[in-house]
Amino acid sequence: MNDSTQLSLENLPPKGAIVPAADAGEAGVRVRGLNLFYGDVQALKDIELDIPDRQVTAFIGPSGCGKSTLLRCFNRLNDLIDICHVKGKIFIGGKNIQKKKVDVAELRRRVGMVFQKPNPFPKSVYENVAYGLRIQGISKRRVLDETVEWALRGAALWDEVKDRLQEPAFGLSGGQQQRLVIARAIAVQPQVILLDEPCSALDPISTLKVEELIHELKKQFTIIIVTHNMQQAARVSDRTAFMYLGEMIEYGDTNQVFTNPAQKQTEDYITGRYG
Amino acid sequence: MSPMKNWIRSGAPWVWLNAAAVTTSILLVVGLLALIAGRGMVHFWPAAVHEVTYQPPDGPAVVLAGHIRDEEAVLASRLIESGVEVEPGVEVVNRILFKTGNRDLGGADFRWLLEPAIVKRTQPASLAVLEREEWGRFFGRVIGLKQAGELLETDDVWSVFQSMLDRADGLRDEMTDLEQDEIGSVNYRMERLRLAERELELEGSADPEALAAIEQQREELRAEYAGLEDQLLTLNEAIRRDAVIMQTADGREVELPLETIIDAWKPNAMGLFERLGHYVQKAWSFVADDPREANTEGGIFPAIFGTILMVLLMTVVVTPFGVIAGVYLKEYAKQGILTRTIRIAVNNLAGVPSIVYGVFGLGFFVYTLGGSIDRLFFEAALPAPTFGTGGLLWASLTLALLTLPVVIVSTEEGLSRIPRAIREGSLALGATQWETLWRTVLPMASPGIMTGMILAVARAAGEVAPLMLVGVVKLAPSLPLDGNLPYLHLERKFMHLGFHIYDVGFQSPNVEAARPLVYATALLLVIVILLLNMVAIHVRNGLREKYRGLET
Repeated sequence: MNDSTQLSLENLPPKGAIVPAADAGEAGVRVRGLNLFYGDVQALKDIELDIPDRQVTAFIGPSGCGKSTLLRCFNRLNDLIDICHVKGKIFIGGKNIQKKKVDVAELRRRVGMVFQKPNPFPKSVYENVAYGLRIQGISKRRVLDETVEWALRGAALWDEVKDRLQEPAFGLSGGQQQRLVIARAIAVQPQVILLDEPCSALDPISTLKVEELIHELKKQFTIIIVTHNMQQAARVSDRTAFMYLGEMIEYGDTNQVFTNPAQKQTEDYITGRYG
Repeated sequence: MSPMKNWIRSGAPWVWLNAAAVTTSILLVVGLLALIAGRGMVHFWPAAVHEVTYQPPDGPAVVLAGHIRDEEAVLASRLIESGVEVEPGVEVVNRILFKTGNRDLGGADFRWLLEPAIVKRTQPASLAVLEREEWGRFFGRVIGLKQAGELLETDDVWSVFQSMLDRADGLRDEMTDLEQDEIGSVNYRMERLRLAERELELEGSADPEALAAIEQQREELRAEYAGLEDQLLTLNEAIRRDAVIMQTADGREVELPLETIIDAWKPNAMGLFERLGHYVQKAWSFVADDPREANTEGGIFPAIFGTILMVLLMTVVVTPFGVIAGVYLKEYAKQGILTRTIRIAVNNLAGVPSIVYGVFGLGFFVYTLGGSIDRLFFEAALPAPTFGTGGLLWASLTLALLTLPVVIVSTEEGLSRIPRAIREGSLALGATQWETLWRTVLPMASPGIMTGMILAVARAAGEVAPLMLVGVVKLAPSLPLDGNLPYLHLERKFMHLGFHIYDVGFQSPNVEAARPLVYATALLLVIVILLLNMVAIHVRNGLREKYRGLET
């Protein structure tokens, strides 16, 4: 591979790599009557939400309000917690993912996730990005090479790591690791990418890079981001949801929510009166 | 506040206490190793031979030759009680434990000499030590050589003697090879034929053609055997050609056939480098040779071999079982009362005395499993048991059972140390639980699993009690690994260093002579365990290095 091959996110992913599902056009997320319990404690109450396709939606709210929990419903990561029970419906690409017969691994392939702290695997940079592809059973060297490069370029990391693809991922800086994890997520061509406070462990410059990246990524993916940082939500998102104590208080265009909130609670939170 | 209180508040006393405990432990370990090494390693040094003229109070003077093994002071009163006359006024008498050798002449290997009764003590360079196939060492002077019954005329008796010894040594090696490998192989094939014939008989289909074929093969084997026997007889004749005439310290002349002499040296005439060379050679033959004379002489190679082979087999068995059980308990089983109970049971299993495992191994593996295997597959050999008696396989399985809890527990611990973020990261990419385990979690837990294996190996290599019930013997006729198909003979009995220590030290007819061997064997056992552990630790450190960075 040489640098004259200009790969970018606008281009299609390399042939042979995973192609997004046919209904990628309706990659929006719809939530209907969602209630979630940790044992006896109700963590989410009657959530109703329509998240548009190929836009950035931010969840804001004080700690413990349930925004991460809601996010983890979208790829059913809450299944890992024994005492967690979910009621209600979540449609992604028109299908209810709460149904029992849904293939959870397949769902998680379509709905990628990036966590608060960078969590690369103890493998090389290359193998980290190729991990999801290998899980899919792709082992052709050429396809892997091209997809890894495509994903790393997509995550704006290629120029920094192209000479050290075979070195351990732990050698990268925190910001690079987080972008590596993003590359890992987009390498499998998901429809939706969930970002759970992706910048909370990063320095301002790395944060800036990730935010720029989010702008790029929304051209191709539906992005849902949880953040504590209201400026960040205002900067990167198209729509914003404010949650408080497990309830969806307000949801609307970011501009409207930040400049002219409909609810008193939202205004109080945004202006720093509590939270 | 008083300075004392300040000192206690600072936490310094705990640091000192810790340091003291660590120091004590290290001193104990180092001291133990030094004792074993010191006592065990002197055994191979060519000690000086003394010639003493001894005038016992109650008899004629004798001249003795031998090594001084030990010295101690005895109260005169004790000697008087046992009927020995002591000069009046003397309170303490030194006495010497003197290794006189020549057991075939004198009956005993050792003799206590009272120091005051020793009239003369010299170290003449002409005294030689002979190491023999039986009857222990011989001390004396070489005065002549015989070849085919005729006295040999030569100026340099010693060097001719040495070359004759080399010749005998070569012949002996040839004979051993012939007996163990070729004749052993013929015997092995003969036994297989017998079993094949018996099998046909048991099936009731005494097909005359098959029987004839067997008979023909047997004839071939008999012919082969006859040829080998002839060779052996020729060699036997050749080795019997030479003899050496020795003179003991008290002037008796003895003729010793060279076939019984393994080595001869004159320690008093040796320089430092000669002694060092001799030392290395003896130490090596201890590691590499078979034992002789009820294990009190010769080497311990079969025991080293048996120990290592058994530990390796044990590891091969215990690792998959332990890891699978640990993974199931940690990753798949519902964490309820049942799982907790099982976990407690596994932990307690590690505390069950090892002899209990031995009894279980004997009852279940040897008698039940082995007995059934014999009835099903080795009917022809019955009533002689094949697997229905202790053997390498059952010993390895018993030890695998014994070390299973250690591996399970450390696997679980290794798994619980993997951060949740890594698992979630893998799952979020669409990996199933199994793929996550196989591709990420297990490799990352492998250093922990290796730690379990290290502990298992250390425990298994040092275990003796259960092995005595399931397959270890004092002297195994053949190694469990040889050139006969199927090469690895899992049903064979084997020797083990730990049991060897017990046997040589406490069950041998000549305890005094065997004592240094016990130390040397113990040292070797420690070294073997150390080596096995170091290999495992090396592998683990490699894995740790590979998955480093997790701790952040």
